[in-house]
Amino acid sequence: MTPPAELPSLVDLGRAIRAGETTSEAATERCLAVIRDRDPSINAFITVLADAALDAARTADRELRSGRDRGRLHGVPFSIKDIFDVTGLPTTAASHVRREHVAGRDATVVARLRNAGAVFVGKTNLHEFALGTTNEESAYGPVHHPLDSSRSPGGSSGGSAASVLAGMAYASVGTDTGGSIRIPSAACGLVGLKPRYRDVPTQGVVPLSASLDHVGPLCATVADAAAIFAVIADAPGGGDPAEAGAARGLRLGVPRRYFLDLLDDDVARAFDATCARLSAAGVVLEDVVIPHAGETPAAYLHIALTEAAAFHARTLETRPDDYTPTVRVRLEAGRYVLAEDYLRAQRCRHVLRTEVSAALEGRDGLLLPSLAVPATPLGAATVRVSGADEPVRNVTLRLTQLFNLTGHAAITVPCGATGGGLPIGAQLVGASTASALRIALSLEPHLRGPRGSSR
Amino acid sequence: MTPEDWLESARADAERRGLPDLRAALEGLARSAGVLREADWNDDASGSSEPAPDAPPPAG
Repeated sequence: MTPPAELPSLVDLGRAIRAGETTSEAATERCLAVIRDRDPSINAFITVLADAALDAARTADRELRSGRDRGRLHGVPFSIKDIFDVTGLPTTAASHVRREHVAGRDATVVARLRNAGAVFVGKTNLHEFALGTTNEESAYGPVHHPLDSSRSPGGSSGGSAASVLAGMAYASVGTDTGGSIRIPSAACGLVGLKPRYRDVPTQGVVPLSASLDHVGPLCATVADAAAIFAVIADAPGGGDPAEAGAARGLRLGVPRRYFLDLLDDDVARAFDATCARLSAAGVVLEDVVIPHAGETPAAYLHIALTEAAAFHARTLETRPDDYTPTVRVRLEAGRYVLAEDYLRAQRCRHVLRTEVSAALEGRDGLLLPSLAVPATPLGAATVRVSGADEPVRNVTLRLTQLFNLTGHAAITVPCGATGGGLPIGAQLVGASTASALRIALSLEPHLRGPRGSSR
Repeated sequence: MTPEDWLESARADAERRGLPDLRAALEGLARSAGVLREADWNDDASGSSEPAPDAPPPAG
C-alpha cells in the first residue's frame, strides 16, 4: 500500500481554471486518463462519460474566454453516484432491477451542479440501491479500495469515494441514509458532508428510506465541501478558508459512552491523538452523554427497512431475481415489521433528536470518530473489534446512523491513519450545516495533524 | 404479539414463501423490536408510566 500524496483541492483547481492557469479540458483529460488506467481494477464507475465530459469541459473553457464565469465549480470534473438522474442516461442504482431505466431529466442537484459549470466524468458504482456499507453487493461488481484492492472503500457511495481518492474526479456527490457519504469518505481519507436533513433536495434521487436520505459531497477539503454545498443547497456564500475562525475557545462535546465503547485500536489511538491536538490548540472538549444512544441501531433498522420495503414491494414481487441475494433479503425482512414497532422507532427517533440537540446546547458541535474500524476486507461478514467478532454492517453504521435519525449535520475529516496507511476520520456534528462547516473549517488543520493530511 | 411470537410467525411465513435466508434478518429485527419495547420512554396505557413530554413529530 502506498499512501498517496495530498489530494488536489477542487477550489484550487477552479481558481486555476478561472485564472487561465490551466483549462477544464486539461483537468478532465487527466481524470479520464486515470479512469482508463485504474478503473479496470478499482471498478468505481458504472458509466464513463468521456465524450460528454470533454464536450462540457471545452464549453466551460469557451465560456470563460468569452467572460462567462459560473463560479468556483466552473470546469471542475465531478463524478456522481449512479443513484441521481442524469438526463438521457440510466440511473441503475447498481441493480438489474433498473436495467431499462432512462432518466427524463436531471435530478435537482445534478441540474444545479451543471448550472454551476461542473463537468461530469461518469456515474459511480454503489452498494445496490444504497442498502449496504461495503459496496460489495452491486450488479456491476464490487468496488476495490484504491489503496488496497483486497479491501472495501466503504459504502454505499464507495465508487464515489474511490473515484476521488484515485484522482478520477476532483469531487463526487453521493447519498447518506445511515452513513453512506461519511463511511466511504472516512475509509478513503476524504472529507464527506451529510448536510442537515432537507437542506439539499432529493428530487431525482432513487430513495432508500425517504425520511433518512441525505445528499452531500465527498471531496478533498472542507473548503471543497462548502463550495459544493453552496451550489447543491442553492445557498451561496461561505466556505472560504479565509473565513475560518480561530480554533481556540471552540467548545465541542465528546459523546464517549456507547460511541467510544467499540473501536478498533488504531482508530482509538488516532481519536485520542486528535483530541490531544485540539486541546493543545485551545479547543474546549467536554464529555457529553446521549442517554438513549444504545437504542439507535434498533430504531434505525426499523425505520430504514420499513421505508425501503415500501418502495421496493412491487419489484420484490415481480422481479425478485434481479436483486442481489443479500439486498433482497434485507428488503424482504422490512416487509414483516409491525406498525406498532415502526411507531416505537419513530418515538425513539424523537427522543434521540431531543438528546442530540441538548448535547449541542451551548456548544459549537460534537466530536466523535466517523468509522469504528478502518476499511474492511472484501468478503468479510465480521470484523474483530475490542476482542469480539462484530458484523461489518453493524460496526460500520454504529457512529453515523444516529445523525440520520436526528437530521443534524455531520462531516467527516481525515484525522490519521493506521500503521498500514489506511485512513481514519473524525466526525463533527453541528446544529446546522453552516455551523458544522464553520467548525470544520476552523479545525481541519488540527484534525489532520502535523502531516497536513492523513493520506 | 411478543417479539418471540412475531419471529415465529414471520419465520414460518418466510419458509412458506421459499425465503429461508430471511431467518437471520428476522432474528435481528426481533432483537431490535425487543430493545424498542423495553425502552423507558414507552407509554403505558395503565397510566403507570410518565407520558412522554411531547408527541413525536411526523416521520422525517
